[in-house]
Amino acid sequence: MRSNPGEGPFEVAPHPNPLPSKRAFTPVFDGLCGERERTARGAALMDLLYKIFLDPFVQMGAAPDLLVQTLWEGLVAGVLYSLIALGYVLIFKASGVFNFAQGIMVVFSALTLVGLYQLGVPAFLALALTIGVMFVLAFGIERLILRPLVNQPDIILFMATFGLTYLLIGFGELVFGGEPKVMITEALYLPKGAIEFKILGGFVQLQKIDIAAAIIASIMVAGLAVFFQKTRIGRALRAVADSHKAALSVGISLEYIWVVVWFTSGIVALATGIMWGAKSQVDFALEIIALKALPVLILGGFTSIPGAIVGGVIIGVGEKIGEFYWGPLLGSGIESWLAYVIALIFLLFRPQGLFGERIIERI
Amino acid sequence: MNAHNPAIVAKGDTLLSIENVSLAFGGVKALSDISFDIRKGEIRAIIGPNGAGKTSMLNVINGFYHPQQGRILFQGRTRAKMRPHEAAAGGIARTFQNVALFRGMSALDNIMAGRTLAMHSNFFWQLLRYGPAMQEEVVHRRRVEEIIDFLEIAAIRKTPVGRLPYGLQKRVELGRALAMEPQLLLLDEPMAGMNLEEKEDMSRFIIDVNHQFGTTIALIEHDMGVVMDLSDRVVVLDYGRKIADGTPTEIMANQKVIDAYLGVAH
Repeated sequence: MRSNPGEGPFEVAPHPNPLPSKRAFTPVFDGLCGERERTARGAALMDLLYKIFLDPFVQMGAAPDLLVQTLWEGLVAGVLYSLIALGYVLIFKASGVFNFAQGIMVVFSALTLVGLYQLGVPAFLALALTIGVMFVLAFGIERLILRPLVNQPDIILFMATFGLTYLLIGFGELVFGGEPKVMITEALYLPKGAIEFKILGGFVQLQKIDIAAAIIASIMVAGLAVFFQKTRIGRALRAVADSHKAALSVGISLEYIWVVVWFTSGIVALATGIMWGAKSQVDFALEIIALKALPVLILGGFTSIPGAIVGGVIIGVGEKIGEFYWGPLLGSGIESWLAYVIALIFLLFRPQGLFGERIIERI
Repeated sequence: MNAHNPAIVAKGDTLLSIENVSLAFGGVKALSDISFDIRKGEIRAIIGPNGAGKTSMLNVINGFYHPQQGRILFQGRTRAKMRPHEAAAGGIARTFQNVALFRGMSALDNIMAGRTLAMHSNFFWQLLRYGPAMQEEVVHRRRVEEIIDFLEIAAIRKTPVGRLPYGLQKRVELGRALAMEPQLLLLDEPMAGMNLEEKEDMSRFIIDVNHQFGTTIALIEHDMGVVMDLSDRVVVLDYGRKIADGTPTEIMANQKVIDAYLGVAH
């Protein structure tokens, strides 16, 4: 609030010898300076807008080979995210439980595989044995966790999967030790190295392991889709997902279906563990990648298998493109949170996810 | 189904017998000391005012609830405490008062789900969807198509049932129960919320199922006209007790029944 001198209680005496204002001395120059400042600010804004909205696309056009490379990397990451998300979707569909332990199941299965191999078991026997271990795990979870907790609120089951997570971490460290291990890619005949080819006036480099990962993941996803759509057990599983009491009334045993679901998602976890393990290494930090599947689930909807696939690819590609073209604007490293932002934006417009069951409320 | 139950019951013999069954939820007595029987090949109606315990009775028969007292004989043998999917394996199928379908699945898949118990190929063949699993699919699909023709729902077989009108949903639900080829079919208000035409259709299907397949049916229904037309014998419940049991004509003349439905001056 401005008051006239002499009126208000907080009267400030004018300075006896006020500093001459810039304006008083150089009115003409001042005008010019403001103009320049304004122009500079405008230019900076234009530059920023250019950097955000045009430059990335100019870059894409200028170096299409880099764009292809980025898209490919996004696709590979996306397919692997889809695999993890699929593990969640399977269990969520059949039992309404968000399985917090999915991440540790990835680590546990990979550790079991490598651990068995280190004991001198041939690689493919170790693979078969690991699948056996995942079956025992699924059976044990059904017997010891799900069956006693049947008809409890979902949050109780969710908490139980927390418990399972820490149980598996402890058990895994006890048996296999905490030090990182190297995935047995060669023994499993997974290819190594890279192939390069010329495209659009540049070189694109594809890691062979990435190609293998994309192919294996695609086959698994397609196979699971057929299994759930076209077979008796798949039908029974969808039936359980839709209505427990109706499923029981036609003679579907919930216990059996739960074992099948946990076993299937154990196999999915094993595949994920092998692929991610081959790209980095096998240790408990790998559990974190499971959280990467969360935005995928939000995007795709918790109950949709196609949603998990499409969501995974959108997140994977979005993340890599964002990091490569827009990342430098924010000093890079945006990959770790960009996925959540993408998911959040989708969530604002489609709260049930891209393919989730539409939320209809009758009043 | 008879593989599970070697004792084959001839038409007219007792298929299911309820003996002194009582069921309580905490302090609420849903059923007190109820006894009645269902004979092979008949249509047996269970009626009563709202809250009489009719649906509880069905839930006891198909294993959703376990009575605290009394016993149930099915095909001449005392039934152990069993869960619903075991009752289903024993040959008891049912429909629900508020349709319980697999809403995301097509009508065809819903009815195929009813064949679950009849299909035996193992997990690994299923995973490959090859060999025995594939042959089995074909055989059972044929049976299911017969049921679809029988219920005249061929036109909607690929539609997700969540989108169907209520009357058709009820029909799909009946189809799913029929696909189990049950010894005993429990129908919980199959005509609730239907218009006259739909009721007539449903009545016709129930009679046809009973005549053509010889399926024994236990039926809960509020529409007295339907009950009296369809059923061979009627049992009446009120406040969890049995107040009458007999042929439709006897029931219509029974003073206790009339009092229960119309109220009585005290």
